Amino acid sequence: MNEVSGLIDKRAPLTGARALARFVVIGAVLLAVAGAFAYVGGWFSPDRLTQARMIAAFESASGDHPGFRRNHAKGLCVTGWFESNGSAAALSKAAVFAVGRVPLVGRFALAGGMPFQTDAPATVRSMALRFLPSGGEEWRTGMNNIPVFAVNSAQGFYEQLLASKPDPATGKPNPAAMQEFLARHPETVRAMALIRARPISSSFADSIYNSLDAFRFVNAAGVSVPVRWATVPLLESLPESGAQRDNADKNYLFDDLIARIQRQPLQWRLVLTIGQPGDPTNDATLPWPEDRRHVDAGLVSIDHAFGEDSGACTDVNYDPLVLPSGIEPSDDPLLSARSAAYARSFTLRAGEKRKNRPAR
Amino acid sequence: MNRHQSRFPVVSRLLHWLMALMVLAMLFLGVGMAASVSERYRLLVAIHRPLGLAVLVLVAIRLINRLLNPPPPLPDSLPALQRVAAKASHLLLYALMIIMPLLGWGMLSAAPYPVVIYGSLRLPPILNQDPALYALLRQLHTDFAYLLFTVFLAHLGAALLHGLIRRDGVFESMASWGRRRGN
Repeated sequence: MNEVSGLIDKRAPLTGARALARFVVIGAVLLAVAGAFAYVGGWFSPDRLTQARMIAAFESASGDHPGFRRNHAKGLCVTGWFESNGSAAALSKAAVFAVGRVPLVGRFALAGGMPFQTDAPATVRSMALRFLPSGGEEWRTGMNNIPVFAVNSAQGFYEQLLASKPDPATGKPNPAAMQEFLARHPETVRAMALIRARPISSSFADSIYNSLDAFRFVNAAGVSVPVRWATVPLLESLPESGAQRDNADKNYLFDDLIARIQRQPLQWRLVLTIGQPGDPTNDATLPWPEDRRHVDAGLVSIDHAFGEDSGACTDVNYDPLVLPSGIEPSDDPLLSARSAAYARSFTLRAGEKRKNRPAR
Repeated sequence: MNRHQSRFPVVSRLLHWLMALMVLAMLFLGVGMAASVSERYRLLVAIHRPLGLAVLVLVAIRLINRLLNPPPPLPDSLPALQRVAAKASHLLLYALMIIMPLLGWGMLSAAPYPVVIYGSLRLPPILNQDPALYALLRQLHTDFAYLLFTVFLAHLGAALLHGLIRRDGVFESMASWGRRRGN
């Protein structure tokens, strides 16, 4: 030990076999850190459900449609406003629920990754809303015209997509694959029965759209309650008629929606359903009991429609976790799954547009 | 004088090790959340954003500290090439520690997503909505994360090389705490 500085213990550099052994140790440390990093990134887990695999499943079910959303690809942008009546302010401290008007950027769409699919009555319809209170925190939500969701986990969603993938031979999903999926997912069998039994209305304009996932509303006092919400049309819901369908153009549902919005603003009540202790918040396939308290939070009005080429909603990711303080996620695993998959879908389509830009 | 110069000042050492933990945590959180669709995703994102802001604030403090408390000189025994590599890798580490949080903030602004730090605390957007720019920044955030992880591995490897094989006091200048022998 020669102490050159008196402070740092300076010894001669190691050489030979002892140096080699320590090189090996250093290499092992670096490999371990790099390996842990790769493990967390999913490189060693080909069976782990990742964002990339989820998106690949959408593409295998719907085909490749660069530049479009991977799900709910066919849609229409709308704008309007939300007129809060203040009733929900006792439940949530979010600025959108104070009495007053909040601008909305919304989107109506059909479920599925096919941007040019033919409108059909049974295809799930969606309404997405982006609430933009001035000086307040924004809120985004995507809702569907079904009473419950068909699956209760990311894994279930993924397996359902794979089971509905068209068979290359027939161009249609393989019924055996769907049977096999349903045999393993009784929650989906129960949910599909509720979904099929729903009344199908004649239009986007007279449909009820449900949040499906549960959230938690937190008020100024810090009290938190489980909530699901829905937009309920002021228009009377008319049943879908066969005649309407038979003469239908492939865009008849969207054409009808545009025509109605041009005539007069379309309106929905934003209705909150307040859960009780024990109501399932982590399983979107399960309905809540009918007798739960409902709160009418205000009126959603839609008065303008725009094509998706340049609409205000086109470049919006309706991420269900973009929430103001006063609305919090529940323990529903689909919220993380949707947020993560939407984010990846948004990143992909934004990048696809960037690549396409010089060609235009 | 030499006694004090041979080790980093205690503030520098504290900042270094705190940020080492934070940056490594950020890299693991980032690579994990970019792959995840599980329930953990929400939690990982909720940690990643405020931690990224903390890195940005701390790296600013650290740069000021570096001006006030310059690092001890490298030993004269270090070959010129390794000297250049040491300077270049530190420059790259600092650059990436500044760029990565700004890229994250910028890409969320361009998407646009609200930049939620905690509760109702949000950062203002630093870019206008531009999805093409978002796509570019999002890609750079990933690419630079891999670069940062690679430089981190080189930094760790070099530190261990100094400590275990060269034994020239460089490792101890950052990684020793107590009173020194001979004191």
